[in-house]
Parts: sequence; structure tokens; C-alpha cells
Amino acid sequence: MLKILKYSFYDLIRSRWSYVYLAFYLLLGSVLLFLNNDLSKAVITLMNVIVVLTPLIGTIFGIMYYYSSREFTELLLAQPIKRRNIFLGQYLGVALSLSASLIIGLGIPFVAYGIFYSGAIWDYITLLITATFLTLIFTALAFNIAISTENRIKGFGYAILLWLFMAVIYDGIFLLGLVMFSEYPLENFSLIATLFNPIDLSRILILLKLDISALMGYTGAVFQKFFGTNQGLFISLGVLFVWAITPIWRIVAKSNKKDF
Amino acid sequence: MKRILFFFIFIQLSLLLPAKTIIVCSSCEVKTVKNAVSLAKHGDTLLIKKGVYYENEITIDKTLTIIGEGFPIIDANSKSKLFTVIADSVIIKGLHIKNIALSYTEDLSAIRIKKQKYFVVEDNILENIFFGIYIEGCKGGIIRNNKVTAEAVEEFNSGNAIHLWHSKNIKILNNHVEGARDGIYLEFIDSTLVQGNTSTKNIRYGLHFMFSNDNEYRDNTFETNGAGVAVMFSKRILMYGNTFTKNWGTASYGLLLKEIYDAEIHNNTFQENTIGINADGSNRVNISNNNFIQNGWAVKVLGGCYENIYINNNFLNNTFDLSYRGSLNGNSFNGNHWSTYSGYDLDKDGIGDIPYRPVKLFSYIVNMTPEAIVLLRSLFVDLIDFSERVSPVFTPNNLLDERPLMRVIDN
Repeated sequence: MLKILKYSFYDLIRSRWSYVYLAFYLLLGSVLLFLNNDLSKAVITLMNVIVVLTPLIGTIFGIMYYYSSREFTELLLAQPIKRRNIFLGQYLGVALSLSASLIIGLGIPFVAYGIFYSGAIWDYITLLITATFLTLIFTALAFNIAISTENRIKGFGYAILLWLFMAVIYDGIFLLGLVMFSEYPLENFSLIATLFNPIDLSRILILLKLDISALMGYTGAVFQKFFGTNQGLFISLGVLFVWAITPIWRIVAKSNKKDF
Repeated sequence: MKRILFFFIFIQLSLLLPAKTIIVCSSCEVKTVKNAVSLAKHGDTLLIKKGVYYENEITIDKTLTIIGEGFPIIDANSKSKLFTVIADSVIIKGLHIKNIALSYTEDLSAIRIKKQKYFVVEDNILENIFFGIYIEGCKGGIIRNNKVTAEAVEEFNSGNAIHLWHSKNIKILNNHVEGARDGIYLEFIDSTLVQGNTSTKNIRYGLHFMFSNDNEYRDNTFETNGAGVAVMFSKRILMYGNTFTKNWGTASYGLLLKEIYDAEIHNNTFQENTIGINADGSNRVNISNNNFIQNGWAVKVLGGCYENIYINNNFLNNTFDLSYRGSLNGNSFNGNHWSTYSGYDLDKDGIGDIPYRPVKLFSYIVNMTPEAIVLLRSLFVDLIDFSERVSPVFTPNNLLDERPLMRVIDN
């Protein structure tokens, strides 16, 4: 598995898109910091971008990589290698190279700016952890779609739809629910609804770390009470972990049975 | 003025009498302030030399001038209150008063002045107090250049730095109050000026008005207080040139207006507060030439507000410019500058050609369903805000700025 991981990883690292992705974050991070001069504000703006963009890039890269390395996969399948190793290796290659681009791209400007000497270090680390989780989760989901869908156009369609659902439509339904049932106490409902969407969960996790959480009033206090404790943090990281591990497990299960 | 003149004449007259100066120091004949007060006669001056004096419950029952030289420390050792003044025209100046006891039944204070026509408390340092300067039933006086600090942790067992009750014509000038429950507390106070003070890190309010009419406060700074400034149940208050900043927290705001009539709010700066102005039942208030910068909500209008006029204000980079409940009720938001205004000005007269809607759709939804705030900064919310701005459907039709200004007003 390691060999395939290594191959996929280096294949992607050498590709132009990884550099573009890395350069994008590098640019974003530096521009934000040097325009803003305020680490905490930069983290907020960065959150806005990351929460939407990392899932999108993860989804698209994942699905593109799977389809474009289809012939190579078939070649590998003819070799005496476990299927699990092939697919997991490819998945991890994509996910890790994306995460590496993200962490290095955002890391360099922030470290250069002096994040280690700043109070915003934990906000920043939360941001990186959630962004990495989002990459892992959405790449895995994209691989799932790709494995289940032979037709590439359809596969792309589903993948984009998935991103659209998680990033936009889910919140719309969520909001509709809140407005329709506004006569009922909704704190627990919104807590649970947040846990079911990794993008919302990441957004809330980061928001609660920042000053802006004061805007959230009573509901924010309920959230703070949940996420602010070690238990809450543990649960939310656990949920993110489940979000990552379930699609990965399905990749393995599906690939073992799939007829190529 | 007449009163002050009278006071000076009075002082001059008392100087003609054989008034003397009693010097208090550790090596002098008189070693304690308490002793000096009991020896002194009407109109005498007590000069307290530098040193540490452990004192308790000093009652001043004759007109005295108490002057500290080099800030002598008067320490109550956290056992009692200190000066209680029951004589007219007492001057207390240049003392460093420390460690007033905490009590759940009595308002123990460093300097308490009861029912007098005039007093002066100036240039003192008050440290670790329960109540600092406590004025009740006075008809005139000056509190000037004092520095009052406390270490309040919770509201129920802490006092106010400067506490005024049922008085009028008091001037509170250039004081620094820090870390008390309320920085400056005014209840049943008329015709009083609060100017140039700094009130910071108080756990409840920086300045607290209750049932006080015809007062003016200007050029003060209120920073990082539990909830900024509360002006409640008062008429004809003038608020000019104050700075309300960093009053940040879930139940925090810069300025609370609760049951206020005919106030004038001009040239103030509201920066980085959770809510800039929280108006609940304010009527005929003119809010002009203020700056609202980087607040969570610049202005939050709750119920019962009639005929308030917002004009020539700058609303810059607030998360929400306005949150509004109910119908317009004669409130006007015309003629302000909004940093999120995206209209154009074809005739170049400095006024935007299309009206601005200060209430965002999301702000409107949050008003109806407070729980919806969990979607703050999500992509969906940005999308609906954008589409609402392009073609308004949900937000109230008449809540507009008909004449949004294109440029930042130089306030």
C-alpha cells in the first residue's frame, strides 16, 4: 500500500495542479496578512474561504484523479496486490498531497508573520485541523462516488451536487427548519443538525474560537457550552473522524466487490 | 457660579477667622487623621504629610480642607469605611485611600458625602475600594482628577467607583475609574456634567444613568466594560463626543437606551462593540454625526421606539448595520454613509441614486428566529443576502435610507 501511496503522492506532487493549489493558499495567506495586519481577522476571512473551498477542491481532485488513473488502476489490478492497498493507497496519495499543499501554503505566510508568538495560535491550529479533516472527508466521498459511477459525466455531476448540498443546500434546509419551527426550543436541534454536516461543524468550531462568537448570543452560549468543553471538542473531532472513516471504509468494501 | 462665588467668599471669610493648619505626620504632634479631625475647628486645614496611616471611620462634621502631600496612604485595612462628610464645603485633595471593607448590608465607601450644599473631591487615588466616592443628597460639588480602582469580580459583592444618588449640579471631570461594578453610577441626578472621564474594565456598566434628567456627558471614554453605558428612564440627556469601545461579550453593548426621551447623541464613536446602540423604548432621540465602526450590530432597535432620527452617521464595516423590529414608527435612517452601500451616483451630488436597505435579510431572519445565528458566515447566508440586496422581497419596504451618502462623513 505504501508503495502505491508513494507513487500517487509523488505523481500528484509533481503535477501542476498541486503547485497551483499550493501557490493559491500561499498567496491568499500572505495577501490577507499583509492587507489586514491582524491575525484574528485574517483567520476569520481564511475560514470563510477554507470552509467552502477545501471541500470543493477535495471533491474535484478526488474524482478527477480516480477517473484519470483508471487505466493505471486496471493495470495494477492485474498484479498480485491486494485491492484494498491499491485504492487506499491512491486515496491517501490524493488526500495527503492536498493536505500538504494546504498546510504548507497556509503555514509559510503565517509562520513568517509570527503566529507562534501570537495568541491566535490555537485558532489557527483549529483552522488547519478542520481544513485537513474537510480535505480527507470530501476526497473520500468523491472516491466513493467515482467507484460507484462508471459514467464520468454522471460522476462529476454527483460530486458537484454533493459539494453543493453540503455547502449550500443543507444550510438552506436547516434555516427553513429553524424558521418553520421557531416556536419550539431549537438549540438542541441546531446542535445536532450542525453535527451532521462536516462543513457546518468546521465553521462553528472555528467561529466559537473567535471573538465573533459574542454575536451569537444565547444560542452561541449553548453552543459554547457544548463545544467549549473538552467533551464537546472530543465529540466534534470524533464526529469529523467518523465522517472521514466511514467513506474510507466504504471505498475498501466497495472496491473488494467491484467487478472491473 | 453664584454658588462657587459664595463658596470662595466663604473661604475668604473663614481665612479671616483665626483658621489654622494642622500638620499630620508620623513624627508630628498629631499622628493620626482621626485625631487631627477631632482637634480641628471649623475652617481649619489639615495637611497630611507623606506616610502610611491606618485609620477607620473618620467622620468630618465641620468644614475642613484636607490636603495630602505626596499622596499619603490612608489605609482602612479592609476593616471599615473611611471618610464620612456631614459638613458643608469640605475639600478632600491629594490622598491615597486604600482597602475599604466589603459589606453585604451597608455601602461602605472611601469618601461619602451626605446632604451638603457643596464639596470638592480632587486629585485623590482610591485603591481596592468597595464603594469609592459616594455622594447622596448634595446640591453641588466637584469630583475631579481622581483615580479610582477596584478589583470587582462579581456584581453582587462589589460596589461602584463613583456613586451619586439624589443630587444635582455635580461636576464629574477627568476621573479614571477602573474595575468596579459600575464605573460611574447616577440615580435621581439632575443637571450634572460628566466630562473627560475614562471608565474601563468595570464588570457591569461604564456609566449608569437611572431616573436622571437634564444631564450632559461628553468626551468620555468607555472601554472594555461588561456592558458599556446604560442610560435608563431619563429625559433630555446630551451625549457628545464620547468613545464607546471594545464592550464585547454575549450580553454586551456600547450604549443602551431604555425609556429615553428627547436625547441628543452627537459626534460619538462606537467601535468594536457587540452592539453599538441598543435602543429599547427611546423616543425623539437625534443621533447624528456618530461613527459606528466594526461593531457586531451597529444599531439594534427593539420595540417602542418612535421619532428617532439617524442622520450623517458613518456605518463602517459592521457585521450588521441595523437590526430592526416592528414598523417604522417615524424613525428615519435617511442621509447616512454605509460602507456596504453598493449603489451609484450618476449626477455626482454625493448622494446615492438608489436607496440603501440597512437591514440584511439574514439580520431580519435572526430577529425572528434567534437560533438562525448559527448559520452566521455560511455560504448560503451570503447568497441569500446577496439575492435579497439585488431584489428585495422579505425585508420591510419602508426601512430605507433614501439619500445614502457616497463618501465617509468627516466627523
